Amino acid sequence: MKTGARILIDNLKEQGVDIIFGYPGGSVLPIYDELYDADIRHILVRHEQAAVHAADGYARASGRVGVCLSTSGPGACNLVSGIATANMDSVPIVALTGQVPTGMLGNDAFQESDITGITMPVTKHNFLVNDTIRIPQVIAEAFYIAGTGRYGPVLVDLPKDVLMRSVSPEEILPGIPDLKGYKPTYHGHPRQIKKALDLLRESKKPVIYAGGGIVASGASEALCRFAEEMEIPVTTTMMGLGAIPSDHPLNLGMLGMHGTKFANYAVTGCDLLFTIGARFDDRVTGKIDEFAPGAKIIHIDIDPAEIGKNKAVDVPIVGDAKVVLDDILERLNPEDRVIRTAWLEEIGKWKKDHPLTCGNGGGLHPQQIIREISTLLDGGGIIVSEVGQNQMWAAQHYGFKKPRQWISSGGLGTMGYGFPAAIGAWFARPEETIVLIAGDGSFQMNIQELGTVAQYKVPVKMMILNNMYLGMVRQWQELFYEKRYSYTELPFVDFVGIAKAYGVPGRVVESEKDIVPALKESFETDGPFLIDFRIEREENVFPMVPAGAAIKDMIGEHVEQEDD
Amino acid sequence: MKQHIISVLVENRSGVLTRVSGLFSRRGFNIESLAVGTCEAPGMSRITIVACGDDAHIEQVKKQLNKLIEVIKVIDITERSHVERELVLIKVNAEPGKTRSEVMQIADIFRAKIIDVGQETVVLEITGDTEKIRALEELLVPYGILELVRTGKVALQRGAATISPGK
Ligand SMILES: Cc1ncc(C[n+]2csc(CCOP(=O)(O)OP(=O)(O)O)c2C)c(N)n1
Repeated sequence: MKTGARILIDNLKEQGVDIIFGYPGGSVLPIYDELYDADIRHILVRHEQAAVHAADGYARASGRVGVCLSTSGPGACNLVSGIATANMDSVPIVALTGQVPTGMLGNDAFQESDITGITMPVTKHNFLVNDTIRIPQVIAEAFYIAGTGRYGPVLVDLPKDVLMRSVSPEEILPGIPDLKGYKPTYHGHPRQIKKALDLLRESKKPVIYAGGGIVASGASEALCRFAEEMEIPVTTTMMGLGAIPSDHPLNLGMLGMHGTKFANYAVTGCDLLFTIGARFDDRVTGKIDEFAPGAKIIHIDIDPAEIGKNKAVDVPIVGDAKVVLDDILERLNPEDRVIRTAWLEEIGKWKKDHPLTCGNGGGLHPQQIIREISTLLDGGGIIVSEVGQNQMWAAQHYGFKKPRQWISSGGLGTMGYGFPAAIGAWFARPEETIVLIAGDGSFQMNIQELGTVAQYKVPVKMMILNNMYLGMVRQWQELFYEKRYSYTELPFVDFVGIAKAYGVPGRVVESEKDIVPALKESFETDGPFLIDFRIEREENVFPMVPAGAAIKDMIGEHVEQEDD
Repeated sequence: MKQHIISVLVENRSGVLTRVSGLFSRRGFNIESLAVGTCEAPGMSRITIVACGDDAHIEQVKKQLNKLIEVIKVIDITERSHVERELVLIKVNAEPGKTRSEVMQIADIFRAKIIDVGQETVVLEITGDTEKIRALEELLVPYGILELVRTGKVALQRGAATISPGK
């Protein structure tokens, strides 16, 4: 005889789970009791939201399914933002939640919440396990759904009696998925692929628009090879950063609201937009009618519902980015390789005329801090960001070399995501230097996780770009609300003092000359380290496309900001 | 904007109807009617959804429905040769005497059944397509419709064409 909790742990191990981020409570006590001597590591965070973000960071850094665990009711509800974050960015996680005993379901029992109901719109799928004998099947299905097709979060709700009941092995249903309606398509349709190649051959001004799907499917080598063989410039979404090395001659950097001018010009001027694993998000497209207005569009995506959702497509290809790109590479003929010197020269000129630049003047400029980190780590490490200006500066100025080096909340833009995600990333890849780029606002959303990094000696290097503002919101108020800074100013916080209280060392940096020594000190210190960079308070992120404008109509470069 | 009839075959697991209807509300798709019930395949249900929208809109509806794990098949049968029916119960004023006999005559012409007779009312049952039901409704309005309830449309393709689990 085995209890449900025991069956659960055995099944998690069968799925290859070696780490769970979680927080205990009454309804998950049976699971915690099993974890006490199981050979699955459990990391105790300080808030359930951190557990789910950590599982998400783990998944993004490793490419494996991340797992988190919380109790019923309040614990489960605290997972919601993190689950929604993973859902928007297609991250494979399995969230396990406790639930009141089945007999009390629906009674508004103590610590009951209808978490499957609450998370239905923000999960790929979810389960309420109503019988102990179904645990292996549900776990198998949960991992299968989370980690195949378009990845996403799956929640498994486990009532306490289901966890406690003992059943004999012969009663238990086998741990084999039984999902009649779920059949992801991996291979692109050959006729569509041929059509795509025909369009590529005819195109004089093609651009590749690559998104997070490239990173998720491990297609970045195939992408680079394809771009090189066909000599096609590549722009990536924020989620696609690292898919092609930053210094690659064909890389145009990021496009969209805070993309490079040359990427946005290239997309606006192209005659063929080859979209791979990207979803025409409004932060990327700006005014949709003026996004790639003169271009034919090829769209490869594993999720058929993304194709044609926001923009009509000429050649839809449903399939996995890597599988399809490999297929295309195999079919390339010498006559497909068209030299497009004029187009590359035009782009080269835009690149030369509109480079990304640092702020100027005497203060501490965040762009420069990011560039110094990039130089010191030689474009290595894993960079995790919070949300806001800090995120955009990191995305713009770090010299990424590889996929899975950049971890950031894209679709949902969840403040408080970065710090716990950085913790999760380290448990996935402890050999890497993990750098957190944070705003003072975002950092305070999960600041309690200083306790977690201290307890487990997680060597996250926390770089707070401290402008004592909710900077990105303040920027919008400056540009679009006549500088009426309504509730976006944050008072002084002694971050180093707080870190110290948790037993984490840190340093304040106020001038340019101290940037590099402080960074070096942090990288040389074993364990976590916090730097409080007191940056120019009203530094802005440029270039910028005002919301709803066409992406060619960007404002500002990192030069003189007019003072009125 | 055109009315579409979408036939959906789903696994009969708990919560599936919530997922389907939730998908509609969350994405701002408007449902005109939705009818569900178990069907010939064990463990499965067939849902008939009537929704309005242009082609791109309906295409999204279909794709999003297909993404749901329990959804096995989705087809828009509007353009295919099909039969459709809806069942409606109408409680209408029918005082004994002239009015009642008129109402009963109308029911007769429409081949509606009278399934309940009260002191001053009758309840009619009618099955048919939208046109027929609308016509009956209009004729009964002058007498005073007290209550009306409809099942929502159900539809099947004509002939051998099916959306069964195997096909
Ligand atoms: C949970 C959450 N609440 C609110 C927002 C809206 N928001 C976006 S950016 C931002 C300001 C971020 O400030 P800070 O973390 O200090 O970073 P900065 O922009 O100054 O770099 C806010 C409030 C959000 N993205 N997430």
